[in-house]
Amino acid sequence: MNTEITRAGSSLNQEEHQSFHDLFEAYNGHEGDLVPLLQKTQEKYGYLSQEAINEISRFLKISENQIFGVATFYSQFRFNAPGRHSIKVCLGTACHVRGGQVLGEAVGRELDVLPGETTDDKRFDFQRVACLGCCALAPVIQIDSDIHSRMSVIRLKGILEKYE
Amino acid sequence: MNSFNTVRKTSLEKWQALQASKVPIIYLGAASCGIAAGAMEILEAIEKTLEEKKIEAKIIKVGCIGPCYLEPLMDIALPGKPRISYANVTPQKVPRIIESYLVKGNPEPRLALAHFGNGNHGFPEEIPGFFDLPMLKSQVRVVLRNCGLIDPEEIDHYIANDGYSGLMKGLLNGPEKVIEIVKEAGLRGRGGAGFPTFKKWEICRNTKAPQKFMICNADEGDPGAFMNRSLIEGDPHAVLEGLLIAAYAIGATHGYIYIRAEYPLAIARLKKAIGQMREYGFLGKNIQDSGFGFDITIKEGAGAFVCGEETALIASIEGKRGMPRSRPPFPAIAGLHGMPTIINNVETLGTLPNILRNGASWYRQYGTQGNYGTKTFSLVGKIRRSGLIEVPLGMTLRQIIFDIGGGSRKPFKAVQTGGPSGGCLSEEFLDTPVNYESLTAAGSIMGSGGLIVLDDDTCVVDLARYFLDFTQRESCGKCSPCRVGSRHMVEILQRITKGEGEAEDLTKLQTLGETVKRGSLCGLGQTAPNPVLTTLKYFRPEYLMHVKEKHCPAAVCRDLIEYRVVPGKCTGCQKCVSVCPTGAITGPRAEPHNLDPSKCIKCRACYEICRYDAIAGDAIIIKSARSTVDEQTV
Ligand SMILES: Cc1cc2nc3c(=O)[nH]c(=O)nc-3n(C[C@H](O)[C@H](O)[C@H](O)COP(=O)(O)O)c2cc1C
Ligand code: FES
Repeated sequence: MNTEITRAGSSLNQEEHQSFHDLFEAYNGHEGDLVPLLQKTQEKYGYLSQEAINEISRFLKISENQIFGVATFYSQFRFNAPGRHSIKVCLGTACHVRGGQVLGEAVGRELDVLPGETTDDKRFDFQRVACLGCCALAPVIQIDSDIHSRMSVIRLKGILEKYE
Repeated sequence: MNSFNTVRKTSLEKWQALQASKVPIIYLGAASCGIAAGAMEILEAIEKTLEEKKIEAKIIKVGCIGPCYLEPLMDIALPGKPRISYANVTPQKVPRIIESYLVKGNPEPRLALAHFGNGNHGFPEEIPGFFDLPMLKSQVRVVLRNCGLIDPEEIDHYIANDGYSGLMKGLLNGPEKVIEIVKEAGLRGRGGAGFPTFKKWEICRNTKAPQKFMICNADEGDPGAFMNRSLIEGDPHAVLEGLLIAAYAIGATHGYIYIRAEYPLAIARLKKAIGQMREYGFLGKNIQDSGFGFDITIKEGAGAFVCGEETALIASIEGKRGMPRSRPPFPAIAGLHGMPTIINNVETLGTLPNILRNGASWYRQYGTQGNYGTKTFSLVGKIRRSGLIEVPLGMTLRQIIFDIGGGSRKPFKAVQTGGPSGGCLSEEFLDTPVNYESLTAAGSIMGSGGLIVLDDDTCVVDLARYFLDFTQRESCGKCSPCRVGSRHMVEILQRITKGEGEAEDLTKLQTLGETVKRGSLCGLGQTAPNPVLTTLKYFRPEYLMHVKEKHCPAAVCRDLIEYRVVPGKCTGCQKCVSVCPTGAITGPRAEPHNLDPSKCIKCRACYEICRYDAIAGDAIIIKSARSTVDEQTV
């Protein structure tokens, strides 16, 4: 954890501060708002930055540790900045038995990136997910909001090229 | 009731006007599966073709009708005629389909899959009825009755097809009577455990409290199952009507739908549907003047399998880590914020309007003693006709897999039911009737409805490792049998699949599995060993081959397999040379290539390109390293 930032309390300027507060407006500060707020924050900024967690902690009056405890429990949340595109390889059962794992490795090799990370040129971030609900068309990958079904290793390259 | 009759009348008029439409209607399967298969490109092609040919037609996006393997699916209804369905449509095929049927009125049996409606409506004889197709013939559509047939974004379509009349009946009869009807119908929870629905409702109803909650469990955590997603996308109001019926029966004033964030389309459909309910007086303080007040909040799950478990789900809604707690007290007595709470699965709720509308004895005509009604399944894996199906309980696995699903291309090996909590059943269980008790007796469970078919190319040891790895990662860590035991089991299974297993590993797995099963706090740990225990029991020889001979007969476990070129088949086309990322394949054009196993990373690229692009098609094979098959003859 980056202690430098937490120590200083909020390191945001007025404008950034305001942008968080616009986000919080729809909530009334109950503990039950935590997960939805984390989701909204991630939706807006793409990830949960240290600053964001700090702001949420002040708003809901719960400790940052507690927030991290909750956020790390759920696989949806990410703590590093996303790439321009997001690629998710399905590792659900249907995709597994139809070669999802080899497909995942091919993505990693093609883009030189590990699951959970973002490529150096920030072009892609790479996630593994358990089922996108299109199991009948396995194996599938999702890039941004497009789902590519009946995937194969040799189709992958051509598809990746469409995302700059 | 009066106001409902007015609403119903208007909805019916709108629906009938659509049926009597003077312009043709094109129905496009645009559920997540359809979109993944390319429905949006089809939509573009349709719009372009209509414009070019200056044809007027109405396009309606519908949910998934079931046979996902035929996606993208589009139907055309000419005025006064039922729909004709076209399967595996491509943008290139669209102009041909439109030209032949919309312009010339000839449905072209070569292009058409099937027609809707009873009788043949003067369609060519070669075009079968949609519900006579082998995949559909023995299905019974109760829960899925509207999916693929109505516009899921139009509440009028739902109401015109008897929607919300089950609720209205319930509101007239009073909550006790609703519970009574559900009891008589014999409905059991479709979320996995099969607990009688009326029983928990009754407990909740009889608990005195200032507030009660009703939750719809749409977390659908089983990876490889999509029944709940399809139902919500294809007929959201059915689930919402069910939620209202349940809430009314137990006396809840507020409801939640806990749905996984990976289902954006389903979430959007629910939001839209909830808005329409409000507009039509199905939400708020005084629903249809009945005095019953109810409202709904959508909560997006954040990606944790264990949150499908009811106490963990409640913790998650409360904003905490989704950790299960021990029961009792059951949520029906003390649940969300300590208040009596009922959690029902999407499909359980989707069934309720049908039961209320048609009565308990109507529902009991489906299924068998103690297991009444129908169940939806997602039929996937190594199966010809994959998709979403609904069958009466009591149908055998064989009927489902072979009659409906058409079997697997390679010889059938096993079927996995119940997801990570379920088991793997071998061929000898094919005649087992699908009901809660017989699947449990076989060592598996019914679960929520995932059916994964495995053929000879699937390794059951690898599958057991896969499931255990999944549950172990998803273990919330609260109790040690699950946290430590499952991790240990994964380590052993990893060793075995790497060819480093020893004979006593199998006994260890067995003992550990039984311990985790007995000692875990919640259903996750209590069922996690099932995939291992069932495969150990029914596929022991395959484990032994991995352990003793370091041989994976399915040629899946990567440390035990090799890629080989079959010299007698290789034409030397060099396609594989061009895709190999490590330069493991070499050879001059027109001569059989060489594959250097020390450089091969088993990435599958050569295997695929040979099958799809090369002349030979099968010159590259994946074999167990121990296999001694003569390469010239395979
Ligand atoms: C680990 C675990 C995961 C579960 N996941 C789900 C799920 O995704 N969907 C679901 O409806 N029930 C799930 N359940 C079952 C629920 O705890 C609960 O029994 C069910 O939602 C009750 O609804 P029903 O009575 O309508 O079946 C899960 C249970 C366990 C132990
Ligand atoms: S298993 Fe991959 S989409 Fe369901």
